[in-house]
Amino acid sequence: VHTAAHAMLFLLPQTTGYIFPNEAEMPWSLLIVVYPYLTGLVAGAFILASLVKVFNVKELQPVYRLSLLTALAFLLIAPLPLLLHLGHPERSYEIFLTPNLTSAMAMFGFVYAWYLMVVLLLEIWFTYRRELIVWSQGERTVMKVVYRVLSLFSVDTSEESAAFDKKAIKVITIVGIPSAFLLHGYVGFIFGSVKANPWWSSVLMPIVFLFSAIVSGIALVTFLYMVLTTLRRERINMACLDKMASFLFYSVIVDFSLEFLDFIHRLYESEESIKILSELVMNRLFISLGVIQVLLGMFVPLGIMVLIRVLRLDEELRKLLYFVAVILIQLGIFATRWNVVIGGQMFSKSFRGLMEYKAEIGGMDGFLMTLVLLVLPFIVLTVLIKVLPPWDRPEGVAR
Amino acid sequence: MERRRFLKKSLTLLAEAGVLGGIATAAKTARAEPKGYDPSKHRYGMGIQIDKCIGCGKCVEACKEENNVPRDVAHFRTWVERYVIEQDGGVVVERVDPGSSGSHEPISNENTVRTFFVPKLCNQCDNPPCVQVCPVGATFKTEDGVILVDADRCIGCRYCIQACPYGARYLNPLTDTADKCTFCYHRITKGLLPACVEVCPTQARIFGDIDSPASPLARFRRMNKLHVLKPSLNTEPKVQYSDLDGEVR
Repeated sequence: VHTAAHAMLFLLPQTTGYIFPNEAEMPWSLLIVVYPYLTGLVAGAFILASLVKVFNVKELQPVYRLSLLTALAFLLIAPLPLLLHLGHPERSYEIFLTPNLTSAMAMFGFVYAWYLMVVLLLEIWFTYRRELIVWSQGERTVMKVVYRVLSLFSVDTSEESAAFDKKAIKVITIVGIPSAFLLHGYVGFIFGSVKANPWWSSVLMPIVFLFSAIVSGIALVTFLYMVLTTLRRERINMACLDKMASFLFYSVIVDFSLEFLDFIHRLYESEESIKILSELVMNRLFISLGVIQVLLGMFVPLGIMVLIRVLRLDEELRKLLYFVAVILIQLGIFATRWNVVIGGQMFSKSFRGLMEYKAEIGGMDGFLMTLVLLVLPFIVLTVLIKVLPPWDRPEGVAR
Repeated sequence: MERRRFLKKSLTLLAEAGVLGGIATAAKTARAEPKGYDPSKHRYGMGIQIDKCIGCGKCVEACKEENNVPRDVAHFRTWVERYVIEQDGGVVVERVDPGSSGSHEPISNENTVRTFFVPKLCNQCDNPPCVQVCPVGATFKTEDGVILVDADRCIGCRYCIQACPYGARYLNPLTDTADKCTFCYHRITKGLLPACVEVCPTQARIFGDIDSPASPLARFRRMNKLHVLKPSLNTEPKVQYSDLDGEVR
């Protein structure tokens, strides 16, 4: 209590205007920025994968499996920031046992379980089933058992079984797209349905979340594809890269249009909260919203991609520019999450004052923990790629 | 309610069998009602007469004492705001209860149009957004209309703090669970008044049964023009103000 009181004394002078006394402490910290960021990457990566299976975008075949594994790796870590942020993580199971059906948050467990079990794991299993059987036959070590177990002791490698796999994948993907929409749209609803908070309360919120998710997912898989292919000393498939960039281009435009619509709508309606929200944007969020999210995260990448299209640049230059663009986009989407989650807690519900947020370095919801949570999915992904290579296995191992 | 009672029963049974000892705590609901108290016979509300409040802050002190609210300047179940409306349209708001950083000097100069105090607390909404969003049903509306938090069930997600339009909730650093004004539920179910009402020297706060035709609250509701905070949000507060200024949010 004493340290909390001390922290308060430090925090209070940083507020401007009048805030309700209980607002000095920010309820949702950096960890809650990480949560929608991670789930957004999951939904985006999955939607990229489904472009191959449902919409038959052949060029994207090289990143199909990588997208699925990326989605899984990030989905496995996504609940962690939530869990760590709870005052009583040991009671989190109550969300499953006695969910309050009017609570958007209570649906988390069910949406998450549905997406993990019914969509992602099933699709990955059907995608890898036949190879798992083949690989287990080629292995001698403990991996033989691992692959046997992962294939769920399936033994059928016939053409008919492969045809069934293909059909199953198509069905799962068709169910999967609305599920991915649900997963991230739902996260948007958690914020968008808080009527007490005018910065959050918007019917557009789930849709904005969704498109920013698609943007971040495609950008992440593009980044991973470029890095991993270079590490494996393979050639980057330019048709695939150009196609991803093109989808990225259009989703950034839709994402920007939606956010711009939201902005214009608020400005035009000019409700009671408009004054404090303007102050919020001009004072507290100028760098993270104006500079990082919009300028660096949207305008510069869009400019880069227009440049690439107009100037018909050569392969090497294109790769370099794509790489810069996807990193900027990733930065921009993280800033987007920050601006929603932290931004929404930086103004008082009295509409008369602004608060400040300073993340701690250490501690359960500090900067270091955030970094760990952002690195963890990549470690999980490394393991997944080792066990389930998303590309043809190198010569000499099985086959 | 039926479902929870069922779960509660079955979980308690299992615990008694020594199977699910750990989960049993979740089944306990904090019931502060004494024996013989019938919640269905009451519907509580509070009236606040702005013009009677002198900003002494006794209510804030009494509340902290009575309910073991952290004695710092960032956790309150009730607090008092002072508004100074200026000629040029400016509005200066400060907290004036003991321990606040605001000046306690009287303000009056040619630029001052009007000044007044506003006690704030949980509005005990009839349509409470905090109850709607709680993922585990730890915060709930009692039969007599009071919004309570079950500290044994709350997981500390803080969604209710976000959902409250009035800033009435905080995370109790002692329990890591959501906390707020209970209308002193442990007192009112024994027929006593909430601590803040009891100590108010000017009777600016009036507590009672909304439906009772003979309570002081009924008289307050008859004799005054009433208003609630942020009515556009449709939370239907059971804390009503008389002489409420439009600048108050």
